[in-house]
Amino acid sequence: MAGTSEKNVDLTGIMISTPTEPGDWLIIAPMVICLGFGASLLMFRKETGQHAIVAMFALGLLVLSDIALLMRVLEKGVISMTMGRWLPPFGISFTVDALGATLALTSAVVAFIVAGYAVGSAGTSQRRYGFFPFLLLLMAGVSGSFLTGDIFNLYVWFEVLLIASFGLLILGSEKSQLDGATKYAFPNLVATTLFLVATGYLYGTFGTLNMADIARKAAGLRDTGPLMTLAVLYLFAFGMKAAAFPVNFWLPASYHTPRIVVSALFAGLLTKVGVYALLRTQLTLFSAERAVLGELIAWVAAATMIFGVLGALAQSDIRRLFGFVVVSGIGTMMAGLALGSPLGLSGTIVYAVHSMIVMTALYLLAGMIYERAGSFSLHSLSGLYASHPLLAAFALVLVLAAAGLPPFSGLWPKAFLVKAAIDVGAWWLAFAILLTALLTTIALGRVFALAFWRGPTGETGSAQPELSTHPALAYGALFALTTPVVIFGVYPEPLVQVAGSAAWSLLNGSEYIGAVFPSGSGQ
Amino acid sequence: MRTVIFRTVAPYLTSLMVLFSIFVLLRGHNEPGGGFIGGLIAASAFAVYGIACGVSPVRRAMYFHPMALSGFGLLLATLSGLLSLFFDVPFLTGLWTSPHLFGVELDLSTPLFFDIGVYFVVVGSITSVALALEEREKS
Repeated sequence: MAGTSEKNVDLTGIMISTPTEPGDWLIIAPMVICLGFGASLLMFRKETGQHAIVAMFALGLLVLSDIALLMRVLEKGVISMTMGRWLPPFGISFTVDALGATLALTSAVVAFIVAGYAVGSAGTSQRRYGFFPFLLLLMAGVSGSFLTGDIFNLYVWFEVLLIASFGLLILGSEKSQLDGATKYAFPNLVATTLFLVATGYLYGTFGTLNMADIARKAAGLRDTGPLMTLAVLYLFAFGMKAAAFPVNFWLPASYHTPRIVVSALFAGLLTKVGVYALLRTQLTLFSAERAVLGELIAWVAAATMIFGVLGALAQSDIRRLFGFVVVSGIGTMMAGLALGSPLGLSGTIVYAVHSMIVMTALYLLAGMIYERAGSFSLHSLSGLYASHPLLAAFALVLVLAAAGLPPFSGLWPKAFLVKAAIDVGAWWLAFAILLTALLTTIALGRVFALAFWRGPTGETGSAQPELSTHPALAYGALFALTTPVVIFGVYPEPLVQVAGSAAWSLLNGSEYIGAVFPSGSGQ
Repeated sequence: MRTVIFRTVAPYLTSLMVLFSIFVLLRGHNEPGGGFIGGLIAASAFAVYGIACGVSPVRRAMYFHPMALSGFGLLLATLSGLLSLFFDVPFLTGLWTSPHLFGVELDLSTPLFFDIGVYFVVVGSITSVALALEEREKS
């Protein structure tokens, strides 16, 4: 037995000898908080009365630890912690740069606000099925994906968030939910399988799964290894997860079926995890291959943008319409990946933050409209401006922000992306971004004009639907999501700086590699 | 499946299997075994009992809900990693201690507690799936 042997084994070159700084625990804190509290809620699954308050406490803790983590990353550069004291690449590393920390913080804030909305709306039956434990497990998966520095570990966190999302999708077990969950599950499982196949192939080629180690060895294997194949496999797998054209059909087919808080959470977080994984694999690991694939990614991005927004124009159910707007936003983010310039990537990162907040807010708005007017259909919604002026004000802000009009947060990333596209002479890509912005304005403007401005048509859905969500909590959640939209629109400087440093560290792999392998150790 | 022979044997078989699963769990660190396979053996023990005597006796015998056991396992595994916070080493580092209890040297370690956590997660989740399926069959 290992414990009884008194042999002194020389551990240099096997285990980390320097003590871990307490601050480095921030790297693992988001996952520990989510898993610990999620497991506790699962243990006390009958005490549904306490679930909400425990979950809110855990998510508040998550937000605080993500803030501290982001500040530490901005101060010290990329930081890394390798599990179990084994030296990388043998231990599993968690490596956090500004990109991962920013997205983790945004996702935590969004989850906190959505949980606040859910406190007011989740009925006891949903709680017994476990909304809050699933929410915490989902956040463990999302945070883990953003913070891990190991490609197989990324796969594991994807599985965690996928399983939690299956659970959230079918809360309530309605027929339409099972239908939506099937359409959601099948393409996602195919994408996960492809991801696993690609990772197995990568391990066979590189003999390592640590992303910093892969990035370091990629240059030497470029002539002999099938790196282009790997890059394309990852592009396809994560493109499917992120809902890029032509594998985006699952998103609008499933996101309107679950409860509105779940739709809001998915629209805000899940596709962005796919975009993050695309950025990480295509830039940190296979940057030279991405440069070759840039043209293809640009076409995919343009097609995703245009077809997404055309889908939105054709819809009359506002939840489905917002689903297509989410897809179109994915295209905008991929445009920055296609360009691969610092400005373009800054645009992508700012857009990811903006999109997480705005898409969640749009779905919460849809939920509030439904509770007040009794319908999701644009055919019957009308006259909300007269009856709910405050809701109309929030709706106007969100519509303008999603369309990328000033003075809200959607403007800046689109301006960056257009400029970055023109810089390299990709006029058609710039045109696609601008055309998408125009069509999004029309699609969402239609929602505003029909549901809010149009005078009461008389054919409202149900007579007087009761408000199942506490109005103060619902408006509070919407206010909390709209505030950053306005702030980043008027004063984008801090966010742009963070995004700039994130883009810089994505393009310069040396800092990422140096954080895991200080002074070239473990060669 | 409710034959007299099966119903008579099932309780003995179940207790033997649970005992064996704990043996497999504890020998797992350096020899074949461990939390996952031990948990599977225990879950099949409960499934056998459920097939022989019905689902509600199994639920009564387990006392805790299977999902609660699962949650306990996940919490135990997380906490076993968190212990390294107090020793200046990274998350999930294996920490060992060998206290002498009743004249026997006992090797205790965080990997053991992690493995026990895995055992409970597997027992809880597989048993709740198995019991749910057995319940559906009846109705």
